[in-house]
Amino acid sequence: MVAAGLYLKRFYTVVRGEVLVLPSRVIVALFFLVLLGMPLISQNPYLIRVIVLTSIFAILAASWDLLSGFTGQMNFGHALFFGVGAYASAMLNVHLHIPPWGSVPLGAAAAVLTGLIVGIPCLRLKHTYLALTTMAFPIILMGIVFALPDITGGELGISGLQRISNSLIVNYYVYVGIMLVLCTIMWKITDSHTGIIFHAIREDELAVKASGINTTRYKLMAFCLSGFFAGIAGGLYAHYMRIAGPSTLEVSMSFTVVIWAVFGGIATIYGPVAAVFILFPLLEFVRFWPEYRMLIFAVVVLLILLYMPEGLIPWVRDKIEKECPRCKIRNVATRKTCRICTAVLD
Amino acid sequence: MNIIITGLITGSMLALLAISFSLIFGVARIVNIAHTAFYMVAAYCIFSLTGKFGLNPVVGMMIAVVVVTVFGLLAYKFLIDPIREHEAAVLIATIALAMIFQEAVMLIFTGDYRTVSALIEGYFIVMGVKVFFQQVLTFGVVLVVLALLWFLLMKTKLGLAIRSTAEDREVANLMGMNDSRLAMITMGVSVALAGFTGAVLAPLTVLSPYMWMEPLIMMMAVVVLGGLGSIKGSFVAAYILGFTEALVVFVIPKGAFLKGSVALTIMILVLLLRPEGLFGVSFEEER
Repeated sequence: MVAAGLYLKRFYTVVRGEVLVLPSRVIVALFFLVLLGMPLISQNPYLIRVIVLTSIFAILAASWDLLSGFTGQMNFGHALFFGVGAYASAMLNVHLHIPPWGSVPLGAAAAVLTGLIVGIPCLRLKHTYLALTTMAFPIILMGIVFALPDITGGELGISGLQRISNSLIVNYYVYVGIMLVLCTIMWKITDSHTGIIFHAIREDELAVKASGINTTRYKLMAFCLSGFFAGIAGGLYAHYMRIAGPSTLEVSMSFTVVIWAVFGGIATIYGPVAAVFILFPLLEFVRFWPEYRMLIFAVVVLLILLYMPEGLIPWVRDKIEKECPRCKIRNVATRKTCRICTAVLD
Repeated sequence: MNIIITGLITGSMLALLAISFSLIFGVARIVNIAHTAFYMVAAYCIFSLTGKFGLNPVVGMMIAVVVVTVFGLLAYKFLIDPIREHEAAVLIATIALAMIFQEAVMLIFTGDYRTVSALIEGYFIVMGVKVFFQQVLTFGVVLVVLALLWFLLMKTKLGLAIRSTAEDREVANLMGMNDSRLAMITMGVSVALAGFTGAVLAPLTVLSPYMWMEPLIMMMAVVVLGGLGSIKGSFVAAYILGFTEALVVFVIPKGAFLKGSVALTIMILVLLLRPEGLFGVSFEEER
């Protein structure tokens, strides 16, 4: 009893000292709590469906950010990984009857392989060339899909996949849980030593090379990691919709991912995730106005970018938090002095 | 024979689009995803002007090109210019612009497939294949415009300014060229060419709000294959890809599905051997 009380007190101190001091951390904590507690309040199937789809696309947008935001390898064909993940897990599930817990990771493995295959030729290309070349890959694959209708189902896609779980709530927790875990992992990766190297590659590849770092290996690694997470997203999507169709490979799919990520702010991971959680439900809830949906989407994105070209989330974060000029620790914008070194904040 | 005709038409369309796309990329470093959306808007303009208001098709074409140019300049002034510093943001802005055009067209004209009547009816037969006069006319007009463009770029002061800015923006600026005004003019020229392509091609294709996607991909493939910023490269690459597409469609069964794939695979193979494209110049990385 006493031990439990002590733990509780310790927990409270940690929460107060580490989480409540910064509004961004409070928001993240609230985000976790709300998502995990949502089914306790409402079990509306439509709401749950929207959140599950949002989670899937959040993984996808964050994985784009991992590759393109951090290493600066503009990938305009991110739908390739998504589609490969979706098609691979669909084929494994429907043709070979592998259950979802096997087919999704295998689909992700296929996407990693694709990442390698795409990544190796793309290593020699830079900037716009890279962006335009990567855009070609999903279209090539789409052509192949259409040309082999016996295996891939052609225009109709592969349907009749197993659900991960037949219960609405279990399904919800599986998807949201996977999303939270994967996004945290991605965020941790970008925070680690590897993430710093990714950053450096974007800023100045030559300098990184000169520091004795094998940039080729790191760039390929970024392609594979990004492919892995996007592949998981694809597999999950296929199992949720119970169909893997050519729409997963469309150009508009690749574009939407880029829009989400840039809208949220690149090279942050939390930016794209937040952007998906804002834009995707927004798009769903204006469905009573179907013909204006995409129009509203495009106009919102344009207007936001006009006023905050760095992306929405970094802009908001700069408004509510200040960086201490001396020790570079972030503080609430209302504070007069830094919470660590007591230097005066401007 | 069919292959040659289709290849020539597709090739010249791609050449026009690709050259105008690389113009604005060269001068202002803007990757204008909405480029082919302007082409679509022009085609729809002609459709409504000739179909609904019964205007003469030639007048309709001229109005369409003007309208599209105005659209392009407005979009540049109010949407792209304020965020020019942020490359990623510009990219998204143009994608959003293309989507807005697509949705607007969808609202006004609905998603149905439309056709525009040809300027001249009739056809003649060469080696057992029907050749429509419209096709010959389109091809001829495209060649004339390409020649005019070449003249503009190589022989006039404006062309010199465009070329030098594309080569080195800072030095061009130092030499007293008004960088932002030049970008504006180039945007106008570039969009006008896109609109023009749409105008001459409208009678030969089917109009739909999604018609900008496919040429966009092919146009980018052409630009990359030929080398960014190289007019000659775009020209050659456009015909290479145009003929490849035509060959695949007519020779391989189910070719219609594969035409994009094969053309893009060629592009990737070439890039593997020459990362800067066929005629591109690889310049030192800016630091």
